Amino acid sequence: MKQSVYLDHAATTPLVAEAMAVLTEELSRSGNPSSLHGSGRRARRVVEDAREALAAAAGAHPSEVIFTSGGTEADNLALKGLYWARRAADPRRNKILVPAIEHHAVADTVEWLAAHEGAELVDIPVDADGVVSLDALRTELEADAALEQPRIALVTVMWANNEVGTVEPIADVVEMAHGCSVPVHSDAVQAFGSIPVSFAASGLDSMAISGHKIGGPVGVGALLLGRSVAVTPVQHGGGQERDVRSGTLDTASIAAFAAAATAAVDHLPAESARIAALRQRLTEGVAAAVPEARLRGRPDPENDGGRLPGNAHFTFPGCEGDSLLFLLDAAGIETSTGSACTAGVPRPSHVLLAMGLDEDTARGVQRFSLGHSSSEADVDALLAALPEAYTRAKQAGMAGHMSSIRTAGTGR
Amino acid sequence: MRVLAAMSGGVDSAVAAARAVEAGHDVVGVHLALSRMPGTLRTGSRGCCTIEDSRDAWRACDILGIPYYVWDFSERFKEDVVDDFIAEYAAGRTPNPCMRCNERIKFAALLEKAIALGFDAVCTGHYATVIEDDDGNRELHRAADWAKDQSYVLGVLTGEQLRHSMFPLAATPSKAEVRAEAEQRGLSVAKKPDSHDICFIPDGDTRGWLAEQIEMREGDVVDDSGSKVGSHEGANAFTVGQRRGLNLGTPAPDGKPRFVLEVRPKENEVVVGPERMLNIDLMRGIKVSWCGLPPAEADVLSRTDRVSAEFDCRAQVRAHGDPVAATGRVELDDAGLEELVVTLVEPMRGVAPGQTVVIYQGTRVLGQATIDSARSTERAGAVTAAG
Repeated sequence: MKQSVYLDHAATTPLVAEAMAVLTEELSRSGNPSSLHGSGRRARRVVEDAREALAAAAGAHPSEVIFTSGGTEADNLALKGLYWARRAADPRRNKILVPAIEHHAVADTVEWLAAHEGAELVDIPVDADGVVSLDALRTELEADAALEQPRIALVTVMWANNEVGTVEPIADVVEMAHGCSVPVHSDAVQAFGSIPVSFAASGLDSMAISGHKIGGPVGVGALLLGRSVAVTPVQHGGGQERDVRSGTLDTASIAAFAAAATAAVDHLPAESARIAALRQRLTEGVAAAVPEARLRGRPDPENDGGRLPGNAHFTFPGCEGDSLLFLLDAAGIETSTGSACTAGVPRPSHVLLAMGLDEDTARGVQRFSLGHSSSEADVDALLAALPEAYTRAKQAGMAGHMSSIRTAGTGR
Repeated sequence: MRVLAAMSGGVDSAVAAARAVEAGHDVVGVHLALSRMPGTLRTGSRGCCTIEDSRDAWRACDILGIPYYVWDFSERFKEDVVDDFIAEYAAGRTPNPCMRCNERIKFAALLEKAIALGFDAVCTGHYATVIEDDDGNRELHRAADWAKDQSYVLGVLTGEQLRHSMFPLAATPSKAEVRAEAEQRGLSVAKKPDSHDICFIPDGDTRGWLAEQIEMREGDVVDDSGSKVGSHEGANAFTVGQRRGLNLGTPAPDGKPRFVLEVRPKENEVVVGPERMLNIDLMRGIKVSWCGLPPAEADVLSRTDRVSAEFDCRAQVRAHGDPVAATGRVELDDAGLEELVVTLVEPMRGVAPGQTVVIYQGTRVLGQATIDSARSTERAGAVTAAG
């Protein structure tokens, strides 16, 4: 089978060598980091080394690192934990300010809080590039602060969008919210390792990151949680992580995650420039091959921080994204229509709809995401296959259109 | 050939795909997403074609080593099948949504997309046989296993659609054999129960579901002479031939059960009568299609009197009903469209307007039409849909 071209780093990334080395080494050992004997102490040492390394990479204090099973768990812990803690302190605080472009790990969690825990969700609109409206946020915050009994429990805004790659103005969000004494959570799963991210400098109260998006293993992530931030636990047990997260720590994955994070942050300036140059080659190539294609999200050709350097996200008019995906896959090029979903049912992206696109336009979507394993040859392979794939996908048309095949029922 | 295997998540389509792979075709599995739940951010939420079905289809493709995709036909399905189903009931007819789905979704919307994307054929797990005559014209025949034969629900396919259809289960002696084959191939769906009922009415309560879609008004149940014998909560939920759920206050003079003879949506009336009045000896069908080349006698265009010659055939009006001997002829209506007139040698019971009559010669499917009116041997007038 011929080697496929992987252009889906936003979904997951291949393990980097540094992570692979640590992972395989640790998998051959045993020991529960909570045990008090020798093998436990050895495992504890590895975990705590990893905690310090990860904290250094993410601009956090080691005690602010809470290891989880991944980004989704970190988002759940932060949002439910913050919401419950804030509401426990004052039952009137039940509003959550959240833009409509969040990943499902956030969007479905706050929807669950709304459905089961009395939360009231307040949408923060985004512009056509997917940037949250600071004016709208300010209006909501100030109106709430003026109340005798403020009702906002928390604000959550992703650091960078997983579909269109737009980087959000987190520093401004935090400044505004803190001005009104409202805590802020951010899903930084896509941003961390790809652009400079410092938990301390951001002022965030909590931040979710994930191992497998940065060349680490799947199944490990972390919540960075400010030391003074109170959250109510979601899962209960041994209280291994600051009494906030329970479950035996996965020493090997944690060590590999930290190794990948260290490598990603060490190489970030060079890799960011290299990957952004590849992205530029890709976007220019797509524009030349398919002039009708529209880049979505902030353009950011100079890679000055408005967009994830590896993200190129297009809408192709007159065709279904899943047709394009199918044809590119058949040509050995692995891409995505946005975020992978469990049942594999393609629906127009909620991110693009929030950005104001109509359903038909939003259906013709294709995301190419570059990462540490990407090369010029990958980009060129895509550009070679794209024109024919687009022509065919257009012939296949939109799913909603009436078939032109004549049958009994079309006669009258 | 490049083959698109439509994968429902059931055992038949999985084994059909497996056979297509084994025959050396380049096969890709596609699961059709046909319904969606509105008003939620969740991309995966759907009413029918459950996530479990999707995962079963996915798993089968993994085992077969073929790619798997889910394609969204929910919008087309709603317009062409669900809305049509509601409109037909609202007009007092009894539609067959599975045939409509084969006609407009699997072998039209899906097929058209497949062809555009470079496929040669759509493969399904239907039990029916496609053969080619010496000139390369395709014919549809019954499956080897008459108990499982599904040629009826495929009777709506045209020659063009048949040209791109593949039914690898055609010659399978029995369903048990398909299950055994699935087991032997390591397909986890081997023991999955057969699906029944209408897929978009998950709990099987067609009447309750219709009541949410069509405005139901209380009205009269009358006998053949027009006398009121009871009341109903909405005529549109009734089907000709139905016996249950009538709740008649006035007993029949002969004390025997009464059946729905006719639904009159305009008058919001349900006509009931004894079983023998359900006997039908003549049907007139619209929306005629031919499953390949029509029989020579059916040629009506060269006739000046707008009526074709008659031909012998057997008529079948439901998926698992027995075919009965009949003669067929084609007439042109005022708009120049074909109508299929089927005269039954022996009367048949339980024929409702909106049902499909499929006509056969031997094992071969000739074509089909939607029953517009049916004449009862016992009743004076014809049972017609008030449309």
